[in-house]
Amino acid sequence: MAVAEAKREAAEARIADRPLPKGAKWADEARAAALARVRSMGLPGRRDEYWKFTNPATLVQAEPPAASVLETGESPVFGAVDRLKVVFVDGVFDPAQSDELAMEHIEIQRLSEAAGTDIHWARDLYGALETRGQTPVDRPLAALNTALAEDGVVIRATGRAPKPVSLIYLHKSDSSDAYLHHVIRVESGAELTVLENGPAAARFNKVMEVDVADGGTFHHVCAQGRDHERRSATHVFARLGEESVFKSFTLTVNGVMTRNECVIELTGDRAVTHVAGAAVGDGVFHQDDTVFVTHDAQDCESRQVFKKVLRNGAVGVFQGKILVKPDAQRTDGYQISQSLLLDEDSQFYAKPELEIYADDVQCSHGSTSGAIDEDLLFYLRARGVPRAEAQDMLVIAFLAEALEEIEDRTLADELLGRLEGWMARRRQG
Amino acid sequence: MLEIKNLHVKLEEEDKQIIKGVDLKLEPGKVHAIMGPNGSGKSTLSYVLSGREGYEVTDGTATFDGQDILDMDPEERAAAGLFLAFQYPVEIPGVGNMTFLRTALNAQRKARGDEEISSADFLKLVREKAKELEIGQEMLKRPVNVGFSGGEKKRNEILQMAVLEPRLCILDETDSGLDVDAMKLVADGVNRLRTENRSFLVITHYQRLLNHIVPDVVHIMADGRIVKTGGPELALEVEENGYGDILKEVA
Ligand SMILES: Nc1ncnc2c1ncn2[C@@H]1O[C@H](COP(=O)(O)OP(=O)(O)OP(=O)(O)O)[C@@H](O)[C@H]1O
Ligand SMILES: [Mg+2]
Repeated sequence: MAVAEAKREAAEARIADRPLPKGAKWADEARAAALARVRSMGLPGRRDEYWKFTNPATLVQAEPPAASVLETGESPVFGAVDRLKVVFVDGVFDPAQSDELAMEHIEIQRLSEAAGTDIHWARDLYGALETRGQTPVDRPLAALNTALAEDGVVIRATGRAPKPVSLIYLHKSDSSDAYLHHVIRVESGAELTVLENGPAAARFNKVMEVDVADGGTFHHVCAQGRDHERRSATHVFARLGEESVFKSFTLTVNGVMTRNECVIELTGDRAVTHVAGAAVGDGVFHQDDTVFVTHDAQDCESRQVFKKVLRNGAVGVFQGKILVKPDAQRTDGYQISQSLLLDEDSQFYAKPELEIYADDVQCSHGSTSGAIDEDLLFYLRARGVPRAEAQDMLVIAFLAEALEEIEDRTLADELLGRLEGWMARRRQG
Repeated sequence: MLEIKNLHVKLEEEDKQIIKGVDLKLEPGKVHAIMGPNGSGKSTLSYVLSGREGYEVTDGTATFDGQDILDMDPEERAAAGLFLAFQYPVEIPGVGNMTFLRTALNAQRKARGDEEISSADFLKLVREKAKELEIGQEMLKRPVNVGFSGGEKKRNEILQMAVLEPRLCILDETDSGLDVDAMKLVADGVNRLRTENRSFLVITHYQRLLNHIVPDVVHIMADGRIVKTGGPELALEVEENGYGDILKEVA
């Protein structure tokens, strides 16, 4: 009882003095309903089973801990990709740095604008997929986002988008506490790729709701910014129609606290979803991938591939669940989570779960945790590759298997190249 | 070139002596063969020379061009010109053969204070050497040794040797698992590399390889020691009579 009380108190502390954004009636109602959900659930606490391996305290507390801004002087990630740029600075849309919000085969708007429009397609989705995702597990930080987020984008793809929409999250203030909420609808047969990159804020709470209609295709590639002290809690909620495709990849390098939740519902037959992630942590680093895939239609395929490289006391968490409902026959579910621990101080916690109610299914899951293979290391060194470089080659090779899940080779190669560059720089001190 | 004196080696983790006093002097341009029963310490000797962890040198020295190598890192030894063709080459998923070769070559060049090789020159070099060893483009594109047959792995070792151009080549049973034609390819590859200042230490169980790579000296190793040294005829004797007589003779 006391625990539930403390969680609700945490929620009240967090929402106190934060008026809900104002918009059209439907938006106001969605936000008020979300606020009510937050109040009844409370915010995550240490004792929550779903937060067993990750302490939510700093994601929950009323004020964000400060996070200094990392100046890298590097060219921006995805900078060479032909894309539609949408820039947010500490969670606020920046029209000056963004491209004009217009592209063939898509409708794209700021959330604040869409939420102020009485009749808008987003009204059926805003907070709706998030709400669905609250069962069977509470995700209060997502509801908090639905209640409080003012900005974000809403995108409707009606055909094949000629280039990706690239959401760029700049971090300029040490104390920013940002919420962004994106709503995406991929219409029947349409195709859209959304890229995300950047640290976003000192503390970032992001929700992306993605509704993929029959035969639609959605690709998502995200590179979370490298600022060491940043914290973020992200949620992706996706619903997939018949023969639709949803693929998402996230790269996490640095960040003291990251919780990425991905909640996917396969509601149409023969839908396909792949979720993957690669994480690289050094020192004070805690990264948690929590994935929940529900098979609620026949002949669907889901695949989860997560790889983490941890050193100097870094902590990685993977909680992945595949739920197969009674009618979801001929489900093909796969899940693998692996960690490479570069020393004995680092830790990886994995909780793979299968819950299957249909009888004709193929599901497999596996989780491994290991050190660098000394035999491979010696082989490389015996050929002249210095130890640190040899180790990085093996680290990259390990992560590459997760990056292979990105369908667009150019994007995958860019991220691989970045990783190599960052590691080389690190070696050079 | 290589001088081993009274070398004693035990396992780091256990109290188990494996090399029990080896002396060997390899002059530039020479080929020495080491034969010996299974478990006599041949591979261990090659690992210790190339710097693998897990062994402890309890006595003796090994110098390469007068330099004590036993305290050097494996990569330093490689850059100094030492190469071990492994008895069991490992598979390295996720690391492309070409990337690997290039990284290795450039790392060695860098360590020696040379410029990196250009992409074009590198490609040309590898293509040429690969062709001689009948290694196809497809194999070059694959991750290091992944899915290679036993013989292909051995040929890949020789390719690396040809590209890296070491001065001291230790071949640990490079002939085992090779069919007759592949053995010929590998032997030709080695012979092409024979020059007056490159030396070879060829570990083998079979005299046949030594028909192709004719050694100057043959050593018989048993129970961690070199128990007999002679000319190529020693290999023939082993082939015909096994180790029994030799071991009895020295016992
Ligand atoms: N890491 C180890 N742990 C335990 N025993 C070892 C280890 N390394 C070597 N040995 C032992 O040392 C001895 C020599 O092994 P080594 O591999 O050097 O023999 P070899 O002469 O190369 O044999 P082969 O002809 O079968 O290749 C063997 O008895 C082997 O079991
Ligand atoms: Mg051996």
